[in-house]
Amino acid sequence: MARYLVRRLLFTVPVLLGVATLVFSLIHLVPGDPVQSMLGEGASPQDVAETRARLGLDRPLLVQYAGFLRGLASGDLGTSLRTNQSVARAIGERMPATFELAFAAMAVAVLIALPLGILAAVRARTATDVAATTLALVGISIPNFWLGPLLAIAFAVGLGWLPVSGRGTLAHLVLPAITLGAPLAAVLARMTRTSVIEELNELYVLAARARGVSRLRAIVRHAFRNSLIPIVTVIGLQFGAVLTGAVITETIFAWPGVGRLLIQSISFRDYPLVQGCILLIAVTYVSMNLLTDLLYGLLDPRIRYD
Amino acid sequence: MLKTGSIIVCAAVLAAIAGPWMTPFDPAAQLLPMRLAGPTAAHLFGLDELGRDILARVLAGARISLLVGLTVVTISASAGTLLGALAGYFGGLFDDAISRLIDILLAFPGLLLAIALVAMLGPSLGNVLFALSIIGWVGYARLVRGQVLRVRELEYVQAARAQGATVVRILWHHVVPSALPAVAVQATLGMAGAITGEAALSFLGLGVQPPTPSWGTMLNGGRAHLMDAPHLTIFPGLAIAILVLGFNFLGDGLRDLADPKRAERGDA
Repeated sequence: MARYLVRRLLFTVPVLLGVATLVFSLIHLVPGDPVQSMLGEGASPQDVAETRARLGLDRPLLVQYAGFLRGLASGDLGTSLRTNQSVARAIGERMPATFELAFAAMAVAVLIALPLGILAAVRARTATDVAATTLALVGISIPNFWLGPLLAIAFAVGLGWLPVSGRGTLAHLVLPAITLGAPLAAVLARMTRTSVIEELNELYVLAARARGVSRLRAIVRHAFRNSLIPIVTVIGLQFGAVLTGAVITETIFAWPGVGRLLIQSISFRDYPLVQGCILLIAVTYVSMNLLTDLLYGLLDPRIRYD
Repeated sequence: MLKTGSIIVCAAVLAAIAGPWMTPFDPAAQLLPMRLAGPTAAHLFGLDELGRDILARVLAGARISLLVGLTVVTISASAGTLLGALAGYFGGLFDDAISRLIDILLAFPGLLLAIALVAMLGPSLGNVLFALSIIGWVGYARLVRGQVLRVRELEYVQAARAQGATVVRILWHHVVPSALPAVAVQATLGMAGAITGEAALSFLGLGVQPPTPSWGTMLNGGRAHLMDAPHLTIFPGLAIAILVLGFNFLGDGLRDLADPKRAERGDA
């Protein structure tokens, strides 16, 4: 296990370095002069020169790259051009809101998906299964940038039950969490169905039934418990989709998280903040994948990294 | 599923082509006195914030969505298949380089890299196509590389090699065709992904710019009128959901066709 752990960790290092390199090069993709683009056409040559020096863009590319990596190693992601606040601090202040939303969305997804997936599996190839499978595919096909406004129209504007934007109470969390969690629920329900069907066909389930174990108990205590490993893995791997979905969901519901910060910083052309947000989301995603892989290796001793 | 998906996709393609003849209204024509008017017999989907006919704009948006889907899938599938086949066949340093690049690009979840690229390059349809293709080829390359690794040592490939066939001939005639069914499934599901991706970027203001009618741009415009004109949000979103559902149905159906054992097991 230790060898697996070390190899998996070592594999992550070049990926993180590649991610950092890609994020570093983003600012150099800006057509023309990135500083002029940030400050606008009306900026004085002195302001442009000062900002260029402040961002280190007047130095040779390799020196800039080394400085960028040094900054990352010490947790320095630069300074926001608009607010002069440290990028790391600006993101740090928004992180709790994004994680709160992401975990609420995952809870919503699990609560919907597991019963739906199990129901479809135990009633496989019946009308119930077709309905559940179709519902899941519809769920995958409905984009969250449509579902969010639809929920807002129905429950905030129409019925007046829930607030349409902001953060603070549990009521504020409901619509964003459902918007973000619904597509994940659809993916999870399909995975749960497949996984439970596979386990239901195993001999040990048949043996349990032959011993007189009730059908419900055989499904819940035997088949479902063993099908949990792939389901847990999918939940972990879907965390990335949740983080990207959060960018859209936070924008719809004015949820003060990293996703909304990213979109705001794009509109203000605050490139250091854009780079910081992108880097943080990618690193969180890589870390979650690593954690999921390690957990998978721990849960199922047959899985090893070769 | 295959049948339902085919019907939906064919209907969408027909609507996109025949759009100008299906409604008498120009998607750009403004009827300002009637702005935000709800659905009526004359304007089935109502009018938007500038008094433009939403049905005409949804039909024009279908052309943008299908164009984006086709372009992104064509570029991604071609580049991914080529790079994946070369990496799998030759192995070594080239394979290592491609595999590491794939690992790095996969470290950016979903649309994040596309958002980052368009944020830097500036919002436009061309940049959306570029950004979606940059993230799109990875899936095909992984898929084809895996298939090539599987078949490159099979006897019929070795026989072709022994007969002196060129690398291009071996790849084109013997290796790549074995991966094509899987690529076709991925391409169909990729259409759904590209259409959603373009709409998401346009919704965030990073994609197709007004006044060009894109479904995502229309949804973005509808956000300011959720209270007084929900039809601005309902119809373009419905169009996206139906078309994406059509491609997902089609992709699932094709996957079952390509892998009958999977269909028999009842995998979702």
